Amino acid sequence: MTFGEKIYIPAIMKGLSITLGHIFKKKATVSYPEQKRPFSPVFRGLHVLNRDEEGRERCTACGLCALACPAEAITMEAAERKPGEENLYREEKYAAKYEINMLRCIFCGFCEEACPKDAIYLSETVMPANYTRKYFIYKKEDLLIPHPKKQESAQ
Amino acid sequence: MLLLQIDWSFLLEKSVLILVIVLVSFGVAAYATWGERKVAAIMQDRLGPNRAGFMGLLQPLADGGKLFFKEEIIPEGSTRTIFILGPFLFMVTALMTSAVIPWGPDIHTAAGNVISLQVADINIGILFVFGVVSVGVYGIMLGGWASNNKFSLLSSIRSASQSISYELAMGLSLIALLMMSGSLSMREIAQQQHGFWDGHWLTWNVFKQPLGFFIFMVCAFAELNRAPFDLPECESELNMGYHQEYSSMKLGLYLFAEYINMFISSAVMVTLFWGSYNFPGMDWVAAHTNAIVFALICVIVLMAKITAFILFFMFIRWTLPRFRYDQLMNLGWKGLIPLALFNMVITGAAILWLFNK
Repeated sequence: MTFGEKIYIPAIMKGLSITLGHIFKKKATVSYPEQKRPFSPVFRGLHVLNRDEEGRERCTACGLCALACPAEAITMEAAERKPGEENLYREEKYAAKYEINMLRCIFCGFCEEACPKDAIYLSETVMPANYTRKYFIYKKEDLLIPHPKKQESAQ
Repeated sequence: MLLLQIDWSFLLEKSVLILVIVLVSFGVAAYATWGERKVAAIMQDRLGPNRAGFMGLLQPLADGGKLFFKEEIIPEGSTRTIFILGPFLFMVTALMTSAVIPWGPDIHTAAGNVISLQVADINIGILFVFGVVSVGVYGIMLGGWASNNKFSLLSSIRSASQSISYELAMGLSLIALLMMSGSLSMREIAQQQHGFWDGHWLTWNVFKQPLGFFIFMVCAFAELNRAPFDLPECESELNMGYHQEYSSMKLGLYLFAEYINMFISSAVMVTLFWGSYNFPGMDWVAAHTNAIVFALICVIVLMAKITAFILFFMFIRWTLPRFRYDQLMNLGWKGLIPLALFNMVITGAAILWLFNK
């Protein structure tokens, strides 16, 4: 070391000036619950099952999403639409049971891409934490978006 | 027996003063932890604690409460009594130093009494500080030894050797100051730095002994085991250092005593070098206010200086990386001690030639 380095003072002064400069810099912190950073437009969060404008379920239980799913998180059971249920289901076949295991899901969005009926979408909600495994298996009722007409009447 | 006659008002006055000083030390130490985290945050472009109360001001209380309710673990292999004694000894020595620091000028009351804002004006004040600080090493040493943990032992050995090395340079740097002041009493040194300008030169010792102050400050950093000399708690090598086996409030005592040490050593530095409670224009203020208000202003000035020092300590800590052990020893023995000796010679020569004493 040279003498200048040995007495440490110049280096210490340099260091102190750097930290002093940081006092006046903008803080990088986002105070989370009050401030939230916007999600990026391609963010893939929790799934929703879509309804059409009249509030009918769009899903026709074709199974393409389950097929596309690389994590094999989706299971479904199909059922025939009976007469009189036209206001509930859009197509002639519908999903009687639709489950996504959120512990398996990797949020890749392939199900969204595979769906021919625009029935499944990945929303901008982060998956909430829970205490037991069984709460991570999301049923159809958990996934379906609120009925647009019932929602209006409720309001 | 006149010797045993106890002056009760004197006793009461001192007890109140001691109580106040201890409480203030605790308060300052508690808020120093908050300040430390805030300073660290500000330097790293963060916000720091801001959830508990306004600006996180209740954070020290929350931390203290948490430490109280933590589980107390005393390791099986430890030497129980010494293990328990360690943190208490450290705490007591940290608090003891404050006894000789003059916290303000004497108050001359209307009734003719003189209230001293110093617990004990002993004529070897500085030696007392040195003695107590040396005993403070025992707190770390005993704690580290009794933990029966190799990391703790290594850390306490480091701490002891570091303290001994730097006490030498610290003492030598003070000798030059004492040659000028001609007294070891803290109160007299404080009074000698009266005002700011005595007609010839600035009265504060730092302007007479800049090199001495610099050496003293560096040594104080080492004595306090604070960054950049915080080798005893070097996380990367020794996990947590000497308080690795401690938990609950015993750990709290160690951490807390460190902050009290910081407060007291800042007070010592301010008293010895930065004019104690003196401030420019104090004669004018003394003439225009009554004694108690003046004393209060003096105490506030002293506290402001101490706070500035504590902030400087934190500023250094969050800027500099830790010294390596050999670098530390080299700096102490080959750097600071010769420098302090040199300072002594220069001061002696200057006193001889300039003042012809």
